[in-house]
Amino acid sequence: MNWLLDLTPDEWNAVRLSIKVATVAMLASLPPGILIALLLARGRFWGKTLLNGLVHLPLILPPVVTGYLLLLTFGRRGPAGAFLAEHFGIVFSFRWTGAALACSVMGFPLMVRAIRLSIEAVDRKMEAAAGTLGANPLWVFATITLPLALPGLIAGAILSFAKAMGEFGATITFVSNIPNETQTLPSAIYTFTQVPGGDAGALRLTLISIVISMVALVASEILARRVGRRMDIE
Amino acid sequence: MTLSVDIMHRLGDFAVEANFESAGRLTALFGPSGSGKSTLINLIAGLIRPQKGRIAVDGRVLVDTAAGIFVPMHRRRIGMVFQDARLFPHMSVAGNLRYGRWFTPSAERYANMEAVVDLLGIGHLLDRRPAKLSGGEKQRVAIGRALLASPRLLLMDEPLASLDEARKAEILPYIERLRDETKIPIAYVSHSVAEVARLASEVVVLSQGKVSACGPTEAIMQRLDLLPAEERGEGGAVLDARVLRHDEAFGMTVLGSPAGEIRVQRLARPTGTPVRLRIRARDVMIATERPAGLSALNILAGTIAAVRPGIGPTVEIAIDCNGAIVLARITEQSKHTLRLALGRQVFAVIKTVSFDSATTGAGLPGEADG
Repeated sequence: MNWLLDLTPDEWNAVRLSIKVATVAMLASLPPGILIALLLARGRFWGKTLLNGLVHLPLILPPVVTGYLLLLTFGRRGPAGAFLAEHFGIVFSFRWTGAALACSVMGFPLMVRAIRLSIEAVDRKMEAAAGTLGANPLWVFATITLPLALPGLIAGAILSFAKAMGEFGATITFVSNIPNETQTLPSAIYTFTQVPGGDAGALRLTLISIVISMVALVASEILARRVGRRMDIE
Repeated sequence: MTLSVDIMHRLGDFAVEANFESAGRLTALFGPSGSGKSTLINLIAGLIRPQKGRIAVDGRVLVDTAAGIFVPMHRRRIGMVFQDARLFPHMSVAGNLRYGRWFTPSAERYANMEAVVDLLGIGHLLDRRPAKLSGGEKQRVAIGRALLASPRLLLMDEPLASLDEARKAEILPYIERLRDETKIPIAYVSHSVAEVARLASEVVVLSQGKVSACGPTEAIMQRLDLLPAEERGEGGAVLDARVLRHDEAFGMTVLGSPAGEIRVQRLARPTGTPVRLRIRARDVMIATERPAGLSALNILAGTIAAVRPGIGPTVEIAIDCNGAIVLARITEQSKHTLRLALGRQVFAVIKTVSFDSATTGAGLPGEADG
């Protein structure tokens, strides 16, 4: 076990950075993810198919293309990037925040899909019952729809996290591979494989990524089971 | 309370056109399945928006398409009990019960948790999850949940239809209590004569989306022609009776009704308890002289008040017994042979065993005997 935990500071940084990026990516995409999932599950509006396609685009496009598009839009000279940097001081390019953005975009379709399916599975009769008890639509959503869709919410969040842990193509294209700033686990492993004698380091990081993924998966499984048991849906 | 409804709503090639007004304690919306009862109740609750018309409760307009008024359901303060209880699975029974309270303005909260829990006998269920309840318990919790939102009107959409007979018998007394011990007016959807006769003070009969009759329960239950074909045999006189005494030696109970004393099988109800008695028209025989040497115990003297043609080769004969009408359904042949005609003095004969729990109403489970 010792050789596994005997990481260089750079390697430790890559691990920490990966977890930070994945957590931020997951949390930041939850609110818009829920909103878009709700729109797709319940909304009836013009352009729904278009929105659905747009959300799924990162799943279909080569990650490099998504990364390049992010670079064009959120890069220093990109329209959105320039605006955000000027007015809010938020800079994405070549920063860890950019890695988080790339990861959340890549994981977004998976998250929206899981949440949408669980919202669609919520019995609308329950919502009607809550309505007759005096709850307005917003309260119905907060107290009935969301709690009943919780298993899907958890699944969506975990998928997003897992995707972010493994994201490589879009991240490296958008924010490059800068140690201590944008070098996440996959980028670090990639770097090790490119230098002679890097096998041991690559293997260490690989094992660490397996452990992190397993822990996340098991944790989500336990959480989902607990929620499911609490609800005991017949 | 007055519920006044005048609406037109079309769903495909089915249209609900209803115009009635009811001021009863418990108004039954009665009709066979597909007659538009549930659509009507959903319109009153605000789950559906009518294409045309007006609905008002106690003068408070809920919908008036002409004036462009549509009060959304969460502001109507109309409680609803669904056929499938619809308890929230992610909350405990107590959580379900408290849900509507949150949304009721404190000045309008009249329902009291303890009183409701007590009324429905659900105190032992509070910590449980809805999935762990029986069908009857679920329905009682659902009634409690609707009551605790302090509604101005309580709607019940076939609350017993998905339960077996034993469960129905378990809940009916609670609904009777609700009707008698609270002040909330109730609109009750049902296709069952037994439920309507026992619970309703007024009946609105629906058939194919239209109101075919509307009036006091006693009057409607005698109009066998208004009842759905499969329920026609259940129709007959409805009498408000009272437990006079129990005959322990023979295991019987004597009821005092306006038509005279009626003996039924032992009821687990104390002396003095009101009992709404239904005498099925098909269970009533007619004799022209007081019969002797007959096993039937109930013989009521009266005069023929009406003779109406029935379904098939039958006639319906209304017998006025001390001012209360008892309805008999007999064959054309019997009528001919006995020369039954208006004003004739006759005797209505009813076997004690023809009364069952569906026509006498069983007591509350566990209620004191005596």
